[in-house]
Amino acid sequence: MIATGNHAVAYGVKAARAEVIAAYPITPQTQIIEKLSEFIEKGEMRAKFLRVESEHSAMAACIGASACGARAFTATSSQGLLYMSEMVFWAGLGSFPVVMAVVTRALAPPWSIWNEHTDMLTQRDAGWIAIMCESVQEAYDSSIQAFRIAEDRMVRQPVMFGLDAFSLSHTSERLELIGQEEAEAFLPAPEGGWKVIDFQDPTTYGNMAGPERMMEIRHSIMERVKDSARVIEEAASEFSRISGRGQAGLVEEYRTSGAEVILVVVGASSGDAKDAADALRDEGIRAGVARLRVLRPFPAEKIRAAVQGCRAVAVVDRDYSLGSGGIIGQEVASAIGAKPFNYIAGIGGRDLSVADFSGIAKDAISRAEAGEEGREIWWGIKG
Amino acid sequence: MVGHQGITETFTLKSLTDEEYLLPGNAACPGCAAVMAMRIGLKALGPRTVLIVPACCMSVAQGHYPKTPSKVPVFNTAFAASAATASGIRAALEMKGITDVYVVCWAGDGGTADIGIQSLSGAAERGDDLIYICYDNEAYMNTGTQRSSSTSEGARTTTTITGKAERKKDVPGIMMAHRIPYVATACASYPLDFANKLRRAVSIKGTRYIHLLSPCPPGWRYPSEKTVEVGRLAVETGAWILYEWTGGRCRLTGPSSGLADRSRRRPLEEYLRIQGRFSEADPSKIEAMKKRIDEEWEMILELCKG
Repeated sequence: MIATGNHAVAYGVKAARAEVIAAYPITPQTQIIEKLSEFIEKGEMRAKFLRVESEHSAMAACIGASACGARAFTATSSQGLLYMSEMVFWAGLGSFPVVMAVVTRALAPPWSIWNEHTDMLTQRDAGWIAIMCESVQEAYDSSIQAFRIAEDRMVRQPVMFGLDAFSLSHTSERLELIGQEEAEAFLPAPEGGWKVIDFQDPTTYGNMAGPERMMEIRHSIMERVKDSARVIEEAASEFSRISGRGQAGLVEEYRTSGAEVILVVVGASSGDAKDAADALRDEGIRAGVARLRVLRPFPAEKIRAAVQGCRAVAVVDRDYSLGSGGIIGQEVASAIGAKPFNYIAGIGGRDLSVADFSGIAKDAISRAEAGEEGREIWWGIKG
Repeated sequence: MVGHQGITETFTLKSLTDEEYLLPGNAACPGCAAVMAMRIGLKALGPRTVLIVPACCMSVAQGHYPKTPSKVPVFNTAFAASAATASGIRAALEMKGITDVYVVCWAGDGGTADIGIQSLSGAAERGDDLIYICYDNEAYMNTGTQRSSSTSEGARTTTTITGKAERKKDVPGIMMAHRIPYVATACASYPLDFANKLRRAVSIKGTRYIHLLSPCPPGWRYPSEKTVEVGRLAVETGAWILYEWTGGRCRLTGPSSGLADRSRRRPLEEYLRIQGRFSEADPSKIEAMKKRIDEEWEMILELCKG
């Protein structure tokens, strides 16, 4: 079939048999919840849809549902994600395996509905596993894998997966669905082992923990989010087996072997970066791409291995940490032990084309050749 | 909408269970009316009840993890989020085929009248099947007595040291405007009135709201042994009106039923003087407060005419 990224997510959540969906509209996410609402109203999907009055309530309702052992889903974007933020942390710090799609969009002011990753990255410390999708197919595949990762006995943490505004959310591509039987084998009905509201064994959940206990509670989440890397890779490899489609896992390497310059990228424009690498190789420049599919847990070892031996590392950030460069740039610097050339590009939906990626790769090589230290560069900024 | 025909029995002191669902040794202040009411409320509701508690005095009163005074499941949620959390719990229980559980929010006045009113309004508009109890101690008591929109006019708080200038927000009125099937007021000093209102509430589906006045010794500045007396004076002076509204019909309950005629009410000063928080209220302020109380009575009596 042909579908947009947003509809692919709705098909994925349907295949995953989410039981409670609570959501609030925001561009460019709205089509996800419209489609899910339609599935439910037409009787094609058995779930409760809560049309809540805000994103804060959407996540609160997902948490309440998850606390009863139900499979819960929501989707949001930008201002909505920030409005929800208190409950995003509540889900992460409370270890509720909720799944959320985030259609990444710039933050206001000034108003913008266009693409940028800053919104999703502001939530990176909330105890959520974070995935960024490259294609419509990957949005579908990830939406099913997300529940399996979240609900894994060794993880039991929420998962968010990101889609670039418009360039993925609203772009139609070929989409293959998996059969319902395969979906059920890959992701069995929720057994709700994470349930905390239990009338057989009543407990008080979330009451005050003193300084003598809090560190251990947080440490346990840190360990489980880190250890989820293995579960993410297992889920990808099993999904690959049942779907017959390759899955990226944590990091996708593209022509990195023997590369002199590697573009470290995230999300939907990764395809353009790969096209740029092909074009550069044709020109005799040995370029490669390392695409981060997973941002939490940050796959530091994988990225270190991917860029090993290359002369110039060019991290392209579609986001910023104002006062400290790009957010992915910081993560990569920490992983490889040296500051990369950190290009901040495509902010607020500014186009990021194959030519831009080629230009960035060449710029990084020339800076490396000139012996420059890694630094932050706002790519294509007007005088 | 279901009316009074939903009543199946009336609680008396004898018929209220001896089973305790809220155990002694909790961390509430001595004389806490909210905890007294929770003890009675859980007796009325029984063990198939889940309590959703946002940030409020109960967050502290329930004590430190891993201990708890509650024998029913309690789920702590964020300040603004109790009704939405309850909606999610109800939706999940429905999906799991569990239909014999009462989903009950137990929130303070700040978490209801101020920061939580949006999610409460959302749940009420959707008609989600939950009981929302606001235990109203008329200020942010958990943080040390700061003014809320539900603080009484004239009351001194740490952020209104000369007394609150504005009138108390009428949250039950706001809930009636949602046309939910059941809205009631209660006061912790009248446990059977409260228990019977819960009894009525559980016999009705949809969003049900009970606004429970909960005197607070440290915040209202009176000796802890006087909690019941203070709450009774609130009702007997007419400052707090006990009523229930269902299916568009309102009726006075408890002692309030006999107080429609203002000459039968005790002087407001008796209620004000027993507490330290109204010490700043001069005679002109007290007159203004009396006028407001008359206005409230007029409105409720108008509703009672049906």
